[in-house]
Amino acid sequence: MSRILSLIAGGLTLAGVTAHAQDDLMNELQSTLPQEKNYAFATFKSTRLIDGSSVECLGAGVLDFRISHRFGPISDGISTLYGVDAAYTKLSLDYGVTNWLMVGIGHSAFNREDDGSIKIKLLRQQLGGGSPVTITYFGNTAVETMPAPTLPDSTQKWLFSNRLFFTNQLLIGKKFSKTFSLQIMPTVVHYNLVDSAKFSNNTWALGVGFRKMFSRSSAITAEYYYRLTNTNMLVNGQKTYNTFSIGYEVETGGHVFQLMVTNAQGLTERTFIGQATNSWSKQQLHIGFNISRVFTVVKPKGYKGKDWDDKDGDDAKGDSDKKVTPKKSQKAPKSKVSDDKDFKPSNKKDTSW
Amino acid sequence: MKKSILMLGFLALGSTAVFAQKYMTRTGKVTFDATTSSSPEKIAAKNNEVAALLNAATGDLVFQVQIKAFKFEKQLMEEHFNEKYMESDKFTKSDFKGKITNPADVNFTKDGTYKVTVAGKMSMHGNSNDVSVPGTVTVSGKKVTLEAKFKVKLEDYKILVPAVVGDKVANEAQVNLDAELTQQ
Repeated sequence: MSRILSLIAGGLTLAGVTAHAQDDLMNELQSTLPQEKNYAFATFKSTRLIDGSSVECLGAGVLDFRISHRFGPISDGISTLYGVDAAYTKLSLDYGVTNWLMVGIGHSAFNREDDGSIKIKLLRQQLGGGSPVTITYFGNTAVETMPAPTLPDSTQKWLFSNRLFFTNQLLIGKKFSKTFSLQIMPTVVHYNLVDSAKFSNNTWALGVGFRKMFSRSSAITAEYYYRLTNTNMLVNGQKTYNTFSIGYEVETGGHVFQLMVTNAQGLTERTFIGQATNSWSKQQLHIGFNISRVFTVVKPKGYKGKDWDDKDGDDAKGDSDKKVTPKKSQKAPKSKVSDDKDFKPSNKKDTSW
Repeated sequence: MKKSILMLGFLALGSTAVFAQKYMTRTGKVTFDATTSSSPEKIAAKNNEVAALLNAATGDLVFQVQIKAFKFEKQLMEEHFNEKYMESDKFTKSDFKGKITNPADVNFTKDGTYKVTVAGKMSMHGNSNDVSVPGTVTVSGKKVTLEAKFKVKLEDYKILVPAVVGDKVANEAQVNLDAELTQQ
C-alpha cells in the first residue's frame, strides 16, 4: 500500500515537475526576448474617412486607386433626378512610399481642381503603454484650372498663384476598441485669393469624425468640420456652411466601398471644409460614394521575384501549389518526414458571420 | 521507503540538472499556407522571428510566435489576418509548451538526424489544444535544427472564416517549422 502510494506520489510529482519545468522554460525564453510593442492598427478602414483624411497611411509599396462621386443636391428634386444628373467625380491615386509616408495626386471635376498631397504618420498609438493616440500630418496643395476670368482692367493679369489653395491638417486619432475609433482634425486652409477683403485668407477649422463597426466588414462613419474663422466666406454671393457627413462603409477583399450623405459637393479640402454652399437645414444634401481599390506595386522583402521567395524550398505549401510544377533547384535532400495524408478542403464553411 | 522519499525530493527540486544543455533561437522560421485550390490568390505567410528553447537533458521544448511578425505578400491580407482572423491586438502571440516524447532516441552529442515526436499544448487566438507532431531533430555540433510539418485546423482555435471568402481560405492551414537552435 505504501509502495503504491509512493509510486502515485512520484508520478504526480513528476507530472507537476514536467509542466512546471515547461512553464519555467517558457519564462526563461521570454526573459531573453525584447519587450514587444503592441501598436494599434486598422484604426480606420481607409485613408479617407468620408471627405476628409483619416489617420491611416498606406503600407509601403501599396497603391490605392480611388473614385469619388458626389451627386447633385436631392433638394433639386425630379428635375435632376434627385441629383443623379448633376454628379461630380474625383479620381485619385495614393501611394505608400514607406509605412509612414504616403503621397497622392487627384483630379476633381468640381472646380476642375488638381491636387497633390503628402501624409506623414508622426506617432502611432500603442496599446498597453506609449502613445495614447496616432498623429498624422496631412498637407495638400490644390490648383484650380478653370479658364481665367476676364478682368475689368485689361492691364492686370490673372496670376497663377490666384489658383492655389494650401491645406495643413494634424489628424489625431484613437482606436478605443475593436469597433470604435475617433479622430479630431485641427485644420488650416489657406486661400491665396479670396473674393473680398472682408474674408480672411485662412480658414481655421476643427474637424471631428468617428467610425463604428457593426460587423466584421462594415461600419458607419460620420465627419464634421467646424469652422473657427472665416464663417462669413461667400462663394458667388452664396452663404457657406460647415460640412457634416454621415456614411456607411463596406470592405471586401481588396475594395472599400463608402456611401455617404453630405452637404458639400466639392472634394478638395478648400471646398468641403471652407466653402460648402448647401446646408442640412434646407435638405440640400448630396448622396455620394467612394470606391477604393488597393494594389501591391512593390512586394515586401522576402517576396521579390516572380514567385514566393522560398530560398530553401521548405515553406508551407497549400493546395494551390499542387498544380504548379516543382522547382528545378533543390537543396541537398533532408531526411524524410512522414507527411500527412493528402488534404482535401471541405466545402462546408463556418457561417457564424 | 526512505530512499524513495529522498529520490522524490530530488525530483521535486526541479529540472536544473548539473549538465543542463539548452539550445535557443530567436530567428526560427514558421510558414503557413491556407490557400484552397480554387483561390485566385495565395493565402500564406512567413514568420522569421520564432523563439524557441530546448532543454536537451529533459526534452522539454517551448516555442513562442508573435502573430504580428507573420509577413504576407499583400499588406491588406496581413491587416485582415491580424484584425479579423487572429485578433492579434488581443492575442499577441501563439505558443507551444511540450516535450520530445522519445528523448532516448536523440543523441545530442552525436551529429545526425533523429526522428522524434513532440507532444504538448499549443495555444493560439486564446484557445489551447493538446497536439502531437512528428518531426526531425538534426544535430550538428553546437547547433540543433528542428523541422516539422503539420496541419492546424482553424476551428480548433476558434479562428473563423467568413462564408464570403470560404472558397479562398482553407479550413486547415499547412504549417512548416524550420528552426536552428544554438547551444547556450
